[in-house]
Amino acid sequence: MTVNGKAVSGSVEPRTLLVHFLREDLLLTGTHVGCESGYCGACTIHLDGVPTKSCMVLAAQADGCDVTTIEGLAKNGDLHPVQEGFWERHGLQCGFCTPGMIMSAAGILAENGSPTEAEIRHGLEGNLCRCTGYHNIVRAVEYAAAKMRGEEPAPPEWETDLV
Amino acid sequence: MYPREFDYVAPASLDEALDALAANPGAKVMSGGMSLLPLMKMRLFSPEMVVDIGRIPGLDDITDQEDHIAIGALVRHHQTATSALVAEHAAALAEAAAYTGDNQVRRRGTTCGSLAHADIAADQPAGALAAGATMVAASKNGKREIAAADFFVDTLTSALEPDEILVGIRIPKTGGGSAYDKLGRRGGHSDYAVAGAAAWVRKSNGTVEDARIALTGVGTKPMLAAGSMEAFIGSDGSAAAIAAAADRATEGVTVLEDLYGSEAYKAHLARVFVARALEQALARA
Repeated sequence: MTVNGKAVSGSVEPRTLLVHFLREDLLLTGTHVGCESGYCGACTIHLDGVPTKSCMVLAAQADGCDVTTIEGLAKNGDLHPVQEGFWERHGLQCGFCTPGMIMSAAGILAENGSPTEAEIRHGLEGNLCRCTGYHNIVRAVEYAAAKMRGEEPAPPEWETDLV
Repeated sequence: MYPREFDYVAPASLDEALDALAANPGAKVMSGGMSLLPLMKMRLFSPEMVVDIGRIPGLDDITDQEDHIAIGALVRHHQTATSALVAEHAAALAEAAAYTGDNQVRRRGTTCGSLAHADIAADQPAGALAAGATMVAASKNGKREIAAADFFVDTLTSALEPDEILVGIRIPKTGGGSAYDKLGRRGGHSDYAVAGAAAWVRKSNGTVEDARIALTGVGTKPMLAAGSMEAFIGSDGSAAAIAAAADRATEGVTVLEDLYGSEAYKAHLARVFVARALEQALARA
Protein backbone atom coordinates (compact mmCIF):
# COMPACT_ATOMS: atom_id res chain seq x y z
CA MET A 1 0.00 0.00 0.00
CA THR A 2 0.96 3.64 -0.22
CA VAL A 3 1.13 5.47 3.11
CA ASN A 4 1.53 9.25 3.14
CA GLY A 5 2.82 9.12 -0.43
CA LYS A 6 5.42 6.40 0.17
CA ALA A 7 5.13 2.83 -1.06
CA VAL A 8 5.30 0.43 1.88
CA SER A 9 4.97 -3.32 2.14
CA GLY A 10 4.81 -5.83 4.91
CA SER A 11 3.70 -9.31 5.74
CA VAL A 12 1.02 -9.56 8.41
CA GLU A 13 -1.30 -12.08 9.99
CA PRO A 14 -4.82 -11.98 8.52
CA ARG A 15 -6.15 -10.66 11.83
CA THR A 16 -3.82 -7.66 11.91
CA LEU A 17 -5.87 -4.48 11.94
CA LEU A 18 -4.81 -1.58 9.76
CA VAL A 19 -4.28 0.63 12.82
CA HIS A 20 -1.79 -1.85 14.28
CA PHE A 21 0.06 -2.16 10.99
CA LEU A 22 0.37 1.63 10.84
CA ARG A 23 1.45 2.03 14.47
CA GLU A 24 3.55 -1.06 15.13
CA ASP A 25 5.03 -1.95 11.73
CA LEU A 26 5.36 1.54 10.25
CA LEU A 27 5.78 3.30 13.64
CA LEU A 28 3.23 5.93 12.65
CA THR A 29 1.86 6.37 16.15
CA GLY A 30 -0.06 9.57 15.43
CA THR A 31 -3.11 7.43 14.67
CA HIS A 32 -4.57 6.57 18.06
CA VAL A 33 -6.23 3.42 19.34
CA GLY A 34 -9.25 4.38 21.40
CA CYS A 35 -12.34 2.30 22.00
CA GLU A 36 -11.45 -0.44 19.49
CA SER A 37 -15.11 -1.08 18.88
CA GLY A 38 -15.88 1.36 16.14
CA TYR A 39 -17.41 4.14 18.19
CA CYS A 40 -14.73 6.68 19.07
CA GLY A 41 -13.05 7.47 15.75
CA ALA A 42 -9.63 8.18 17.30
CA CYS A 43 -8.11 5.84 14.68
CA THR A 44 -9.60 7.68 11.69
CA ILE A 45 -7.33 7.80 8.65
CA HIS A 46 -8.04 8.36 4.95
CA LEU A 47 -8.33 5.15 2.94
CA ASP A 48 -8.29 6.02 -0.76
CA GLY A 49 -9.27 9.54 0.33
CA VAL A 50 -12.22 8.42 2.46
CA PRO A 51 -12.29 8.95 6.26
CA THR A 52 -12.14 5.43 7.69
CA LYS A 53 -11.77 3.96 11.18
CA SER A 54 -8.52 2.03 10.87
CA CYS A 55 -9.33 -0.28 13.82
CA MET A 56 -12.32 -1.49 11.80
CA VAL A 57 -10.30 -2.51 8.73
CA LEU A 58 -7.95 -5.44 8.33
CA ALA A 59 -4.51 -4.46 7.08
CA ALA A 60 -5.04 -7.03 4.34
CA GLN A 61 -8.19 -5.23 3.20
CA ALA A 62 -6.08 -2.11 2.62
CA ASP A 63 -3.61 -4.01 0.41
CA GLY A 64 -2.86 -1.83 -2.61
CA CYS A 65 -4.76 1.15 -1.19
CA ASP A 66 -3.66 4.74 -0.63
CA VAL A 67 -3.54 5.60 3.07
CA THR A 68 -3.10 9.05 4.61
CA THR A 69 -2.50 9.38 8.34
CA ILE A 70 -2.24 12.49 10.50
CA GLU A 71 1.53 12.45 9.84
CA GLY A 72 0.85 12.93 6.12
CA LEU A 73 -1.47 15.90 6.40
CA ALA A 74 1.05 18.74 6.73
CA LYS A 75 2.77 19.60 3.46
CA ASN A 76 6.37 20.85 3.36
CA GLY A 77 6.24 21.79 7.02
CA ASP A 78 3.03 23.81 6.65
CA LEU A 79 0.17 22.64 8.81
CA HIS A 80 -3.03 21.62 7.04
CA PRO A 81 -5.70 24.33 7.59
CA VAL A 82 -7.60 21.95 9.91
CA GLN A 83 -4.47 21.42 12.01
CA GLU A 84 -3.94 25.19 12.08
CA GLY A 85 -7.60 25.64 13.10
CA PHE A 86 -7.23 23.27 16.05
CA TRP A 87 -4.18 25.27 17.13
CA GLU A 88 -5.77 28.71 16.66
CA ARG A 89 -9.20 27.90 18.13
CA HIS A 90 -8.07 25.67 20.99
CA GLY A 91 -9.70 22.61 19.40
CA LEU A 92 -8.01 20.17 21.75
CA GLN A 93 -7.60 19.58 25.44
CA CYS A 94 -5.96 16.24 26.21
CA GLY A 95 -5.36 15.63 22.50
CA PHE A 96 -6.23 11.95 22.38
CA CYS A 97 -9.12 12.29 19.94
CA THR A 98 -7.39 15.02 17.93
CA PRO A 99 -5.74 13.01 15.11
CA GLY A 100 -9.02 11.28 14.35
CA MET A 101 -11.00 14.50 14.66
CA ILE A 102 -8.66 16.26 12.27
CA MET A 103 -8.75 13.46 9.70
CA SER A 104 -12.55 13.35 9.89
CA ALA A 105 -12.82 17.13 9.61
CA ALA A 106 -10.42 17.21 6.64
CA GLY A 107 -12.65 14.62 4.96
CA ILE A 108 -15.76 16.73 5.54
CA LEU A 109 -14.09 19.87 4.14
CA ALA A 110 -12.77 18.02 1.10
CA GLU A 111 -16.38 17.44 0.05
CA ASN A 112 -18.08 20.54 1.39
CA GLY A 113 -16.07 23.76 1.59
CA SER A 114 -18.83 25.70 3.39
CA PRO A 115 -20.42 23.37 5.94
CA THR A 116 -22.96 24.75 8.39
CA GLU A 117 -22.36 24.22 12.10
CA ALA A 118 -25.01 21.47 12.00
CA GLU A 119 -23.24 19.77 9.09
CA ILE A 120 -19.91 19.89 10.94
CA ARG A 121 -21.44 18.39 14.08
CA HIS A 122 -23.26 15.71 12.05
CA GLY A 123 -20.09 14.93 10.11
CA LEU A 124 -18.11 14.47 13.33
CA GLU A 125 -20.67 12.15 14.95
CA GLY A 126 -18.25 9.26 14.53
CA ASN A 127 -15.58 10.95 16.66
CA LEU A 128 -15.87 11.14 20.43
CA CYS A 129 -14.01 13.63 22.65
CA ARG A 130 -13.87 12.49 26.27
CA CYS A 131 -12.89 16.04 27.31
CA THR A 132 -16.21 17.07 25.70
CA GLY A 133 -14.40 19.85 23.89
CA TYR A 134 -16.76 19.75 20.93
CA HIS A 135 -17.55 23.44 20.85
CA ASN A 136 -14.01 24.57 20.06
CA ILE A 137 -13.54 21.64 17.69
CA VAL A 138 -16.46 22.97 15.63
CA ARG A 139 -14.91 26.45 15.75
CA ALA A 140 -11.60 24.97 14.59
CA VAL A 141 -13.27 23.35 11.59
CA GLU A 142 -15.05 26.63 10.77
CA TYR A 143 -11.67 28.37 10.95
CA ALA A 144 -10.21 25.81 8.53
CA ALA A 145 -13.16 26.10 6.16
CA ALA A 146 -12.72 29.88 5.98
CA LYS A 147 -8.97 29.51 5.39
CA MET A 148 -9.51 26.95 2.65
CA ARG A 149 -11.99 29.30 0.94
CA GLY A 150 -9.31 31.99 1.07
CA GLU A 151 -11.29 34.04 3.61
CA GLU A 152 -10.25 35.56 6.92
CA PRO A 153 -11.65 33.38 9.75
CA ALA A 154 -13.98 35.02 12.25
CA PRO A 155 -12.10 36.12 15.40
CA PRO A 156 -12.16 33.66 18.31
CA GLU A 157 -15.11 33.89 20.66
CA TRP A 158 -12.88 34.64 23.63
CA GLU A 159 -12.01 37.94 21.97
CA THR A 160 -15.55 38.91 21.03
CA ASP A 161 -17.96 37.35 23.52
CA LEU A 162 -16.61 38.94 26.66
CA VAL A 163 -16.86 42.60 25.64
CA MET B 1 -8.04 -6.08 20.58
CA TYR B 2 -7.38 -8.75 18.01
CA PRO B 3 -9.85 -11.25 16.58
CA ARG B 4 -8.99 -14.93 16.98
CA GLU B 5 -6.84 -16.29 14.17
CA PHE B 6 -8.56 -16.95 10.88
CA ASP B 7 -7.71 -17.64 7.26
CA TYR B 8 -8.29 -14.78 4.88
CA VAL B 9 -9.07 -14.88 1.18
CA ALA B 10 -9.91 -11.96 -1.09
CA PRO B 11 -11.31 -13.54 -4.27
CA ALA B 12 -11.17 -11.59 -7.52
CA SER B 13 -14.45 -13.00 -8.81
CA LEU B 14 -17.84 -14.06 -7.49
CA ASP B 15 -17.26 -17.65 -8.66
CA GLU B 16 -14.04 -17.86 -6.66
CA ALA B 17 -15.80 -16.48 -3.58
CA LEU B 18 -18.64 -19.00 -3.92
CA ASP B 19 -16.11 -21.81 -4.34
CA ALA B 20 -14.32 -20.71 -1.17
CA LEU B 21 -17.59 -20.67 0.78
CA ALA B 22 -18.62 -24.09 -0.55
CA ALA B 23 -15.23 -25.59 0.36
CA ASN B 24 -15.08 -24.04 3.86
CA PRO B 25 -18.23 -24.49 5.95
CA GLY B 26 -16.70 -22.32 8.72
CA ALA B 27 -16.19 -19.36 6.39
CA LYS B 28 -17.96 -16.01 6.71
CA VAL B 29 -18.48 -13.32 4.08
CA MET B 30 -17.12 -9.84 4.80
CA SER B 31 -17.89 -6.74 2.77
CA GLY B 32 -17.36 -3.47 4.65
CA GLY B 33 -16.77 -5.30 7.93
CA MET B 34 -18.50 -2.64 10.04
CA SER B 35 -20.67 -5.21 11.82
CA LEU B 36 -18.58 -8.35 11.47
CA LEU B 37 -15.18 -7.03 12.63
CA PRO B 38 -16.42 -5.67 15.98
CA LEU B 39 -18.07 -9.04 16.69
CA MET B 40 -14.80 -10.79 15.83
CA LYS B 41 -12.72 -8.40 17.94
CA MET B 42 -14.98 -8.90 20.94
CA ARG B 43 -14.73 -12.63 20.15
CA LEU B 44 -18.45 -13.03 20.12
CA PHE B 45 -17.97 -14.65 16.73
CA SER B 46 -14.83 -16.33 15.38
CA PRO B 47 -15.09 -17.63 11.83
CA GLU B 48 -12.41 -20.04 10.63
CA MET B 49 -12.14 -18.13 7.37
CA VAL B 50 -13.07 -14.65 6.18
CA VAL B 51 -14.04 -14.38 2.52
CA ASP B 52 -13.51 -10.69 1.71
CA ILE B 53 -15.80 -9.90 -1.23
CA GLY B 54 -14.55 -6.29 -1.39
CA ARG B 55 -12.43 -6.85 -4.49
CA ILE B 56 -15.08 -8.51 -6.65
CA PRO B 57 -15.87 -6.22 -9.58
CA GLY B 58 -19.38 -5.33 -10.68
CA LEU B 59 -21.12 -5.33 -7.30
CA ASP B 60 -20.72 -1.67 -6.31
CA ASP B 61 -23.45 0.01 -8.38
CA ILE B 62 -27.04 1.08 -8.03
CA THR B 63 -28.64 0.52 -11.44
CA ASP B 64 -31.95 1.23 -13.15
CA GLN B 65 -33.46 -2.05 -14.42
CA GLU B 66 -36.76 -0.90 -15.98
CA ASP B 67 -39.24 -2.39 -13.49
CA HIS B 68 -36.88 -2.31 -10.51
CA ILE B 69 -33.65 -0.82 -9.23
CA ALA B 70 -30.76 -3.07 -8.27
CA ILE B 71 -28.38 -2.40 -5.36
CA GLY B 72 -25.19 -4.47 -5.51
CA ALA B 73 -23.53 -6.21 -2.59
CA LEU B 74 -20.74 -3.64 -2.29
CA VAL B 75 -22.89 -0.49 -2.43
CA ARG B 76 -22.03 1.50 0.67
CA HIS B 77 -24.53 3.16 3.01
CA HIS B 78 -23.45 6.58 1.74
CA GLN B 79 -24.24 5.59 -1.87
CA THR B 80 -27.68 4.31 -0.91
CA ALA B 81 -28.31 7.45 1.15
CA THR B 82 -27.39 9.82 -1.67
CA SER B 83 -28.65 7.95 -4.74
CA ALA B 84 -31.32 9.75 -6.77
CA LEU B 85 -32.70 6.37 -7.87
CA VAL B 86 -33.12 5.13 -4.30
CA ALA B 87 -34.62 8.48 -3.26
CA GLU B 88 -37.19 8.19 -6.04
CA HIS B 89 -38.20 4.56 -5.57
CA ALA B 90 -37.40 3.79 -1.93
CA ALA B 91 -37.05 7.00 0.05
CA ALA B 92 -37.47 4.96 3.26
CA LEU B 93 -34.34 2.96 2.44
CA ALA B 94 -32.39 6.12 1.53
CA GLU B 95 -33.35 7.71 4.85
CA ALA B 96 -32.51 4.52 6.73
CA ALA B 97 -29.07 4.49 5.07
CA ALA B 98 -28.53 8.16 5.93
CA TYR B 99 -29.31 7.40 9.60
CA THR B 100 -27.01 4.36 9.75
CA GLY B 101 -23.86 4.58 11.86
CA ASP B 102 -21.74 7.69 11.44
CA ASN B 103 -19.91 9.31 8.53
CA GLN B 104 -16.95 6.90 8.57
CA VAL B 105 -19.22 3.86 8.91
CA ARG B 106 -21.49 5.04 6.09
CA ARG B 107 -18.48 5.38 3.78
CA ARG B 108 -17.36 1.81 4.34
CA GLY B 109 -20.28 -0.34 5.50
CA THR B 110 -22.60 -1.74 2.86
CA THR B 111 -26.38 -1.80 2.59
CA CYS B 112 -26.39 -5.52 1.76
CA GLY B 113 -24.00 -6.20 4.65
CA SER B 114 -26.36 -4.48 7.06
CA LEU B 115 -29.29 -6.49 5.72
CA ALA B 116 -27.39 -9.80 5.93
CA HIS B 117 -26.28 -8.97 9.48
CA ALA B 118 -29.99 -8.64 10.42
CA ASP B 119 -29.50 -6.68 13.63
CA ILE B 120 -32.80 -6.16 15.39
CA ALA B 121 -32.10 -2.44 15.77
CA ALA B 122 -30.54 -1.69 12.35
CA ASP B 123 -32.20 0.88 10.10
CA GLN B 124 -32.04 -0.49 6.58
CA PRO B 125 -33.86 -3.80 7.17
CA ALA B 126 -37.00 -1.77 7.96
CA GLY B 127 -36.43 0.30 4.81
CA ALA B 128 -36.04 -2.84 2.70
CA LEU B 129 -39.20 -4.36 4.20
CA ALA B 130 -41.21 -1.23 3.48
CA ALA B 131 -39.81 -1.05 -0.05
CA GLY B 132 -40.89 -4.64 -0.73
CA ALA B 133 -37.33 -5.52 -1.69
CA THR B 134 -36.27 -8.88 -3.06
CA MET B 135 -32.95 -10.28 -1.85
CA VAL B 136 -30.80 -12.10 -4.39
CA ALA B 137 -28.64 -14.83 -2.86
CA ALA B 138 -25.97 -16.67 -4.84
CA SER B 139 -24.27 -19.97 -4.08
CA LYS B 140 -22.34 -22.47 -6.16
CA ASN B 141 -25.69 -24.02 -7.03
CA GLY B 142 -27.05 -20.84 -8.57
CA LYS B 143 -29.12 -17.86 -7.51
CA ARG B 144 -32.36 -17.64 -5.59
CA GLU B 145 -34.63 -14.77 -4.66
CA ILE B 146 -35.95 -14.20 -1.16
CA ALA B 147 -38.70 -11.72 -0.34
CA ALA B 148 -37.64 -9.19 2.31
CA ALA B 149 -40.56 -10.36 4.49
CA ASP B 150 -39.04 -13.88 4.51
CA PHE B 151 -35.41 -12.76 4.81
CA PHE B 152 -35.25 -11.66 8.46
CA VAL B 153 -35.62 -14.88 10.41
CA ASP B 154 -34.58 -14.04 13.96
CA THR B 155 -32.12 -11.93 15.97
CA LEU B 156 -28.94 -11.59 13.85
CA THR B 157 -30.25 -14.40 11.64
CA SER B 158 -31.19 -14.05 7.99
CA ALA B 159 -32.47 -16.64 5.54
CA LEU B 160 -29.01 -16.84 3.92
CA GLU B 161 -27.33 -20.24 3.99
CA PRO B 162 -23.67 -20.39 5.08
CA ASP B 163 -22.54 -20.95 1.46
CA GLU B 164 -24.58 -18.04 0.09
CA ILE B 165 -23.66 -14.43 -0.63
CA LEU B 166 -26.27 -11.69 -0.72
CA VAL B 167 -25.15 -10.39 -4.13
CA GLY B 168 -27.73 -7.65 -4.33
CA ILE B 169 -31.26 -6.51 -3.70
CA ARG B 170 -34.02 -5.47 -6.09
CA ILE B 171 -36.49 -2.75 -5.30
CA PRO B 172 -39.66 -2.80 -7.38
CA LYS B 173 -40.84 0.44 -8.94
CA THR B 174 -44.30 0.43 -7.48
CA GLY B 175 -45.01 4.15 -7.23
CA GLY B 176 -46.40 5.64 -4.04
CA GLY B 177 -44.21 7.18 -1.38
CA SER B 178 -42.17 5.97 1.56
CA ALA B 179 -40.35 7.23 4.65
CA TYR B 180 -38.33 6.07 7.65
CA ASP B 181 -37.99 7.68 11.03
CA LYS B 182 -36.50 6.59 14.33
CA LEU B 183 -35.19 7.55 17.73
CA GLY B 184 -31.46 6.84 17.87
CA ARG B 185 -29.73 5.60 20.98
CA ARG B 186 -27.72 8.83 21.10
CA GLY B 187 -30.82 10.93 20.47
CA GLY B 188 -32.12 12.28 17.18
CA HIS B 189 -31.17 9.90 14.40
CA SER B 190 -27.73 8.97 15.79
CA ASP B 191 -26.66 5.39 16.42
CA TYR B 192 -28.79 2.24 16.33
CA ALA B 193 -32.54 2.65 16.67
CA VAL B 194 -34.10 2.49 20.11
CA ALA B 195 -37.13 2.05 17.89
CA GLY B 196 -38.07 3.11 14.39
CA ALA B 197 -40.52 2.49 11.59
CA ALA B 198 -40.57 2.59 7.81
CA ALA B 199 -43.69 2.94 5.71
CA TRP B 200 -44.62 2.72 2.05
CA VAL B 201 -48.02 3.90 0.88
CA ARG B 202 -49.79 4.01 -2.48
CA LYS B 203 -53.07 5.91 -2.79
CA SER B 204 -55.65 5.76 -5.51
CA ASN B 205 -58.82 7.92 -5.71
CA GLY B 206 -58.53 8.98 -2.08
CA THR B 207 -58.09 5.45 -0.78
CA VAL B 208 -54.95 3.74 0.50
CA GLU B 209 -54.66 1.06 -2.15
CA ASP B 210 -51.61 -0.66 -0.65
CA ALA B 211 -49.14 -0.12 2.17
CA ARG B 212 -46.24 -1.77 3.94
CA ILE B 213 -45.19 -0.77 7.43
CA ALA B 214 -42.05 -2.16 9.12
CA LEU B 215 -40.60 -1.90 12.62
CA THR B 216 -37.03 -1.98 13.86
CA GLY B 217 -35.67 -2.05 17.41
CA VAL B 218 -39.00 -3.25 18.74
CA GLY B 219 -39.34 -7.02 18.31
CA THR B 220 -37.05 -10.00 17.93
CA LYS B 221 -36.23 -9.05 14.33
CA PRO B 222 -36.94 -6.35 11.76
CA MET B 223 -40.54 -7.11 10.82
CA LEU B 224 -43.70 -5.96 9.14
CA ALA B 225 -46.36 -4.52 11.44
CA ALA B 226 -49.25 -6.68 10.23
CA GLY B 227 -51.89 -5.04 12.43
CA SER B 228 -51.00 -1.53 11.26
CA MET B 229 -50.98 -2.63 7.63
CA GLU B 230 -54.39 -4.28 7.95
CA ALA B 231 -55.80 -1.15 9.55
CA PHE B 232 -54.32 1.25 7.01
CA ILE B 233 -54.91 -0.53 3.69
CA GLY B 234 -58.31 0.46 2.37
CA SER B 235 -58.56 3.47 4.68
CA ASP B 236 -58.80 7.10 3.55
CA GLY B 237 -55.30 7.87 4.86
CA SER B 238 -56.67 10.59 7.16
CA ALA B 239 -55.17 11.58 10.49
CA ALA B 240 -57.70 9.31 12.16
CA ALA B 241 -56.67 6.41 9.92
CA ILE B 242 -53.00 7.02 10.74
CA ALA B 243 -53.81 7.02 14.46
CA ALA B 244 -55.82 3.83 14.12
CA ALA B 245 -52.99 2.12 12.24
CA ALA B 246 -50.38 3.32 14.75
CA ASP B 247 -52.46 1.95 17.62
CA ARG B 248 -52.00 -1.55 16.22
CA ALA B 249 -48.21 -1.21 15.68
CA THR B 250 -47.21 -3.98 18.09
CA GLU B 251 -50.13 -6.31 17.45
CA GLY B 252 -48.69 -9.82 17.34
CA VAL B 253 -45.17 -8.49 18.04
CA THR B 254 -43.13 -9.76 20.98
CA VAL B 255 -41.79 -6.41 22.23
CA LEU B 256 -38.30 -6.76 23.70
CA GLU B 257 -37.02 -4.70 26.59
CA ASP B 258 -33.37 -3.70 26.32
CA LEU B 259 -30.85 -1.27 27.81
CA TYR B 260 -32.53 1.59 25.96
CA GLY B 261 -36.15 1.11 26.85
CA SER B 262 -38.79 -0.88 28.70
CA GLU B 263 -41.42 -2.89 26.89
CA ALA B 264 -43.97 -0.14 27.43
CA TYR B 265 -41.62 2.57 26.15
CA LYS B 266 -40.69 0.55 23.06
CA ALA B 267 -44.36 -0.09 22.30
CA HIS B 268 -45.03 3.63 22.70
CA LEU B 269 -42.18 4.51 20.35
CA ALA B 270 -43.43 1.95 17.82
CA ARG B 271 -46.79 3.76 17.71
CA VAL B 272 -45.14 7.19 17.48
CA PHE B 273 -42.85 6.21 14.62
CA VAL B 274 -45.46 4.25 12.67
CA ALA B 275 -47.55 7.43 12.72
CA ARG B 276 -44.62 9.66 11.71
CA ALA B 277 -43.48 7.32 8.93
CA LEU B 278 -47.03 7.08 7.57
CA GLU B 279 -47.50 10.86 7.60
CA GLN B 280 -44.26 11.41 5.74
CA ALA B 281 -44.87 8.56 3.29
CA LEU B 282 -48.34 9.93 2.48
CA ALA B 283 -46.87 13.37 1.88
CA ARG B 284 -44.64 11.76 -0.76
CA ALA B 285 -47.26 9.42 -2.25
